[in-house]
Amino acid sequence: MDMTVIYALLVLGVLGGVFGLILAFASKAFAVEKDPREEAIAEVLPGANCGGCGYPGCAGYAAAVAAGKAATNCCAAGGDAVTAKISEIMGVKAEAGVKMIAQVQCTGGCRGHEKYEYAGIADCSAASRLPGGGPAGCSFGCLGFGTCEKVCPFDAIHVVDGVAKVDEDKCKACKKCIDACPRHIILLAPYKTKRHVAITCSSKDKGVVVRQVCDNGCIGCSLCAKACPKEAITVEKNLAVIDYDKCVGCGICAQKCPRKLITVDGKVPEVKPAAPKAAPAAAGAAKAE
Amino acid sequence: MDFAQLFSIALGAILVNNFIFSQFLGICPFMGVSKKIDTALGMGMAVIFVMGVASAVCWPINQLLLSLDLKFMQTVTFILVIASLVQFVEMFLQKAMPSLYQALGVYLPLITTNCAVLGVVLQNTQNSYNFIESVVYGVTGGVGFLLAIVLFASVRERLEFSECPKSFEGFPIALVTAGLLALAFLGFSGLSVF
Repeated sequence: MDMTVIYALLVLGVLGGVFGLILAFASKAFAVEKDPREEAIAEVLPGANCGGCGYPGCAGYAAAVAAGKAATNCCAAGGDAVTAKISEIMGVKAEAGVKMIAQVQCTGGCRGHEKYEYAGIADCSAASRLPGGGPAGCSFGCLGFGTCEKVCPFDAIHVVDGVAKVDEDKCKACKKCIDACPRHIILLAPYKTKRHVAITCSSKDKGVVVRQVCDNGCIGCSLCAKACPKEAITVEKNLAVIDYDKCVGCGICAQKCPRKLITVDGKVPEVKPAAPKAAPAAAGAAKAE
Repeated sequence: MDFAQLFSIALGAILVNNFIFSQFLGICPFMGVSKKIDTALGMGMAVIFVMGVASAVCWPINQLLLSLDLKFMQTVTFILVIASLVQFVEMFLQKAMPSLYQALGVYLPLITTNCAVLGVVLQNTQNSYNFIESVVYGVTGGVGFLLAIVLFASVRERLEFSECPKSFEGFPIALVTAGLLALAFLGFSGLSVF
């Protein structure tokens, strides 16, 4: 046989063998001792690396939990199921967290009241740096360029009809949109799966101003606060705010609101006997009360 | 040692014969890991490292192949060497330099299949570079890759915020941008030291 063929086989075989051996030894010699619990935790985490727990990625959180530096219920994305699994691995009792969601405090009622036409970079932080805080008529309102949509790792927030809307089922409360929003109009709210009442407005302007720039922004009339049987609503700086610790979800405030701003389960309840004009938020079938 | 020669090699590898823009090697990590400047920097650093080490390790092995008259075995042998080398480096870094491993960790295995690394080694043999020239070509080739991917990533970060036709969104406009960047690098083609 030709010697070249033998040499070729020999060289490749020997090189392969030598490298194989080196790698085998290296894997022993350079083995890094890892806490087996860390790998187990990383296994049960969703792996979305959303950073909602405050650690860099799921691996970072797994390491922190295994080292005893973090609680077992910090993973908002995984929810109670993951908390239970992590607690089981760590051998501690699971403490269930309340499901939180991001809530956009704007209905987009200022669309159509724009101060000027904007043709710049399609990004909220760029637009918000312009004179008057951007093109939106209301200086507290959603700009609608979808900076929150771009940062959401769960596809849970979308700009619909010019205003950001959160998909409550998909939202994992990772707070990325809250940090990204230059208007600071997204907040974290405890979410009751049934009868979640929301006052989605951030405007601290006086009622007169709000009426000029928004179809259904809060004018601070205090009717809801007076109507609330649990005193869960307070009006401060012309803006009604719900204290979710007190709110029982009765929806009486939503009936009283003259601006059709307060929603129950994302819908404006129909006011008896006549509902004159449905607000944009009540695009779907209004929930009968 | 002729420094002018080394400088000429470096200049050629970084600008004139840039691995991405004029040789079109290593396009997949170039497109894949260029969405953010941070990750692009990490990838570029890892490529510099691996290209330099691969050039150094493959040079003696190439000498062995040449002495046995096995020139046709170069490609397959280099693939074997590079793959094992990257694996070894990964294990070594994990133990010895955890911080560097954290920074490069994700990108190291990706480089195993990066054709730019194989390209630099094969070009070392084609140009019959000596050991030092090989290492310089490897490292500066990596620097060229870093330059290309960081430039491209900064353009893509801006692209995110620009409105472009629906059919061009995402990869199509990125490919067009890469083409324009390659055109720009064509301007370096007349550059030479000698």
